[in-house]
This record gives sequence, structure tokens and C-alpha cells, in this order.
Amino acid sequence: MADLSVQRGHYRRGPGAYALRLVVVAYLFLLVAWPLYLVGRNAFANGFDDLAAILTDPDAVHALNLTAQVALASVTINTVFGVGISLLVVRYRFPGKGVLNALLDLPLSVSPIVVGLALVLVYNGRTGWFGPALESIGLQVIFSGPGIVMATAFVALPLVIREVVPVLQEIGDEQEQAARSLGASAGQTFFRITLPAIKWGVIYGVVLCLARSLGEFGAVKVVSGNVLGSTRTATLMVEEKYLNFDRGGAYATAFLLALIAVAVIVSVTLIRPKDHR
Amino acid sequence: MSIEISHVSKRFGTFVALDDVSVSIPTGQLTALLGPSGGGKSTLLRIIAGLERADSGRVEIEGVDATNLPPQKRNVGFVFQHYAAFKHLTVRRNIAFGLEIRRRPKAEIRARVDELLALVHLEQFADRLPAQLSGGQRQRMALARALAVKPTVLLLDEPFGALDAKVRKELRDWLRRLHDEVHVTTVFVTHDQEEALEVADEIVVINEGRVEQVGSPDDLYDRPANDFVMRFLGPVTQLGDRLVRPHDLRITVGSAGPSDHAGVNGPASVTGRITRIVRVGFEVRVEVTTDDHVVTVTLPRSEFLELGLHTDAVVSVHQAAPARVAAGAA
Repeated sequence: MADLSVQRGHYRRGPGAYALRLVVVAYLFLLVAWPLYLVGRNAFANGFDDLAAILTDPDAVHALNLTAQVALASVTINTVFGVGISLLVVRYRFPGKGVLNALLDLPLSVSPIVVGLALVLVYNGRTGWFGPALESIGLQVIFSGPGIVMATAFVALPLVIREVVPVLQEIGDEQEQAARSLGASAGQTFFRITLPAIKWGVIYGVVLCLARSLGEFGAVKVVSGNVLGSTRTATLMVEEKYLNFDRGGAYATAFLLALIAVAVIVSVTLIRPKDHR
Repeated sequence: MSIEISHVSKRFGTFVALDDVSVSIPTGQLTALLGPSGGGKSTLLRIIAGLERADSGRVEIEGVDATNLPPQKRNVGFVFQHYAAFKHLTVRRNIAFGLEIRRRPKAEIRARVDELLALVHLEQFADRLPAQLSGGQRQRMALARALAVKPTVLLLDEPFGALDAKVRKELRDWLRRLHDEVHVTTVFVTHDQEEALEVADEIVVINEGRVEQVGSPDDLYDRPANDFVMRFLGPVTQLGDRLVRPHDLRITVGSAGPSDHAGVNGPASVTGRITRIVRVGFEVRVEVTTDDHVVTVTLPRSEFLELGLHTDAVVSVHQAAPARVAAGAA
């Protein structure tokens, strides 16, 4: 988030600074770059064969499609609710705000598998709290699309909020008050003043949320039922292929998922204006 | 009367910001809400604008009950201490904002914005972003933005508070001249008594959530209602048992004769020794120590030289103008 290049050249570079830099680079290389590179290399171990196999297998294409749709739905939901919740938390005072703030971090700290199990408890069609009622009106949540979207949205919920809240706090509410005093309604104030001001926070939150949604595995595995050609998402397919000794297919799919996530983050970093936080 | 505030109270938790305040603010004039920080003057201004809601009481703007109107329905222009510039819009779009919200025809908006840009001398900055302007320019832009919608009243919250001393003084003069041109009912909040005395037609002194006094700058300065107003509006010193302005005192060399010690109601006179002389520009501040207290006298340098005063000289101090208030707990 922070622009580390701002202070470039304004401090002395002793041997300590170089040593620290070496440690950081080595750490990132061993933990992130090298393993990711190996995934890429394995994906292309047989040239483009594995990738082509994935893209022509109807079940694999269905899984990729499902992942894309789920990610899109979860990002949309989290963006709308994330911006709304951020406004609520920053601009209003109400009893229980501290509890709400703590709850907002919960999805990041609770293991996704717990999230999945919790959703099953509430929404399963036979013994869940809401499940039977929803099923009687024809809406199946668990082992179906809605459950996958809910699990993904749950896990990625804090990402938009954590990006937008600090920006909202930084800009303060004077611009909004000025807009109101100039005759703007609440809606006009939001779309003309607040949203442009928090634009980059929202975009960055959306990108992180998208990347997280594409990669969600644990919670989805519990709630989806993992039915081939129906509720099997791309991440579940990677596991399936890996366990079935289809290493090439697993790496090719994993590579595709990583590629999309890395591509959106890099492109946003590139188009983001330098003078913005 | 343009703005009628009756029995307005406002609390923040246990802190009483306004305590049963009633004030009338006249149409077409420049009124200052003056008082120390935390005295409730900004809260009152924000209640007039609708940015804050009074716990009780009534606000009327030009005969319309505005107590329960949201800010966008009050037709007030508000200028914030820290400008509240729309950072992502150019100066032109900032000024046009209120008109765009009102869906005025494009040509009309353009003409009105050009007119205002000329009024605040920002013509050549029309296409810049607020970040590319100085503090004074940003505040002029904020003023133009508030004026664009032809508000019934213009409210300014410490408008020059964030500016450095020189720009502050310039903008203060400029605001006075602007008001003489535009004649919109204007209320501005300040904690700087000099600013209020110099710019305002009328001053409302607010302290600890109450109105201490309302009047013209002359009224307040020469006929303060109480010690607080006396002390807040300008320098004070103690002469005998009275609170007086140091520049209203006269010094004569030598001790005062018994005949000078007039009766209870007459002008007081004390005798003492000069203990300190400070020259501040064209003015000289002389401290005279009497038996029981120190009197500060300010006099022009020319008069000081004429009298040939020096430390340790014995002098008598008396009042040139009639006393204003008896010193209370001073």
C-alpha cells in the first residue's frame, strides 16, 4: 500500500540497509517467487499440451467458468456491502460499533474450513436453521451455487473494508458536508464526492477481493459438494487432478489461477497514479 | 431580521456546547460570532447551516422555520476552516458544483462561474486542481463555491484560521470589500477579536455556551457588558479597583496631590514608580508599580519622549475617559 519510493535518496545507505534488503529479497524469493515460478515451469513442462488439454476439457472449462462467476458475484457483493459497511463504521457513531469492528476481521482470522462448516450448519437442506425453509421455496444453498458464493464472499469480506476505511478516515467528512450545504442529496453526495475520493481504495480492495475469491478453497470445498461438471470450482479441480496423478493438468490450472490474480494486481499497480495513496 | 435563533441548546454527551441561546442576526450585514475556543460559536454556526441538529430550540432563516430542514434545503453557503475543497474537481467544477446539482443550463453555469472567478480573482486558475492552489486561493475558491448558488446567508467557520498572518490580513480586508459589493447576510466565526472588530458590522460574543453580549464593535469595545467581554475584546489593566484599557490611561510626572484622589465615583488616580518600559513599534508600554499592584499604560512614542519617562521615576496614573466597569473578581 505505502509508496516506499517517496523517500528515495533522502537517507544514508549503510551496509545495514543493504543487508536488510538482501534478507527481504531472499525471503520473498524463497517463499513466493521461486515456488510460483516452479508452478509456471511445471505447467509448461509439456509445452502448451497441458494448457490446451485444460481449455478443451468441458469439465475443466466448466470449473473455470464457475470460479469466474463465483468470483464476480462475490466481488460485486463485497464491493457494495464493503463500501456501505465502511461508511457506517467511519461516519456514524452507534452502540456496538466496537463489536462490529472486531467481527469484520473475523473472516480473516477464522479458518475457511470453519466458515464452510458454519454455513452448512445454518443452510443445509435437512437440519439447518434456514435450509429447509429456503429449500421449500426452491432455493438450494448448500451443494449449489449460492453456497459457494456465500462462502467465498464471507472469506473475502474484510478486504474491501480494510482498503476503504483508512481512505474514508483520511479524507474526513468536510467535503461531504460542503456538498450537502450546496444542495446535494445523500445520493448525489456519495456518487459525486465520496466515491471519486475513495476510488483507488475501492479499486484496490476489489482487486484483492477478486484474487482471494479466485483462490478460495477450504470453505468452498465444504459447501460445494465438489460435484464434477456442476459444483466443482477451479481450485477444487486442481486438488482433484493433483491427487489423481494428473500433475500436468493440476499445474496448468494452478498457473491459470495465479496468472489472473497476478495480472490484475500488477495492472492496477501500474495504472494507479503515483501521487495517490 | 434574517436569522432568528431562539432558545437553542446543544449537548455533546455531558459537555454543554450551547445553553439556551437566543440571537437575532440582521439581514445584509456582516456579523461575527466571537469567543474563545470551545465556547460554542462553531456549534451555533453549524446549527444554522443544518450540519448539526439542536437538542431544543428554533432556527428561522428569512422568516422560514429551518429547525428541521436538512442542510441542502436551507439555501445557505458554508465555508469551512480547512476549505473542504473537492479535491478531484477543478476550480471551475468546484464553483459550479451547487449549480450542477440544481440542474441549471450549461450556458448559465458557465456565465455564473466566470463571474465568480472574476470576483475572487481566480480567472487564470480555473482549470487547476485545488492541490495546485495556495491556502488563500483555496479559501477564495471555497467562498466562490458557496456564493455561486446565491445563498440567503453565507456562513464562514473560522475562514482564515488555517492561513498565515499576512494572507489572513489580506483576506480579511478582501472579505470586507467583497461584502460591501455582494451584500449577502454573512455570519463568520472567529476567536480573533481584532478580526471581529475590524471586519464585522455586529459582533455576538459567545462564551461557555452563552451569549455574553451583542452589539457593534464600538459598543462592545467602549461599553462592554461585563468583565469577560472587556477582557476578551482588548487589552486590560487594573487601576485601583477598576478594569480599564491601558491606552485610556494618562501619565503625569510626580505624585498626585490629595485633591486628585476624587470620591468614590470620580476618576481614580494612583501614584507609583515606573518598573519596566517596553517599546513595541510605535507604541510604548510602561509598567507602574504602586503600593499594591502593577498598572500597565500604553502611550504613543511621541508622548513618551515628551514626558521624558525613565525607570524608577515617580509618576501618577489617571484615567482619560470615564471608567467602564468596576473590577469584579479581578
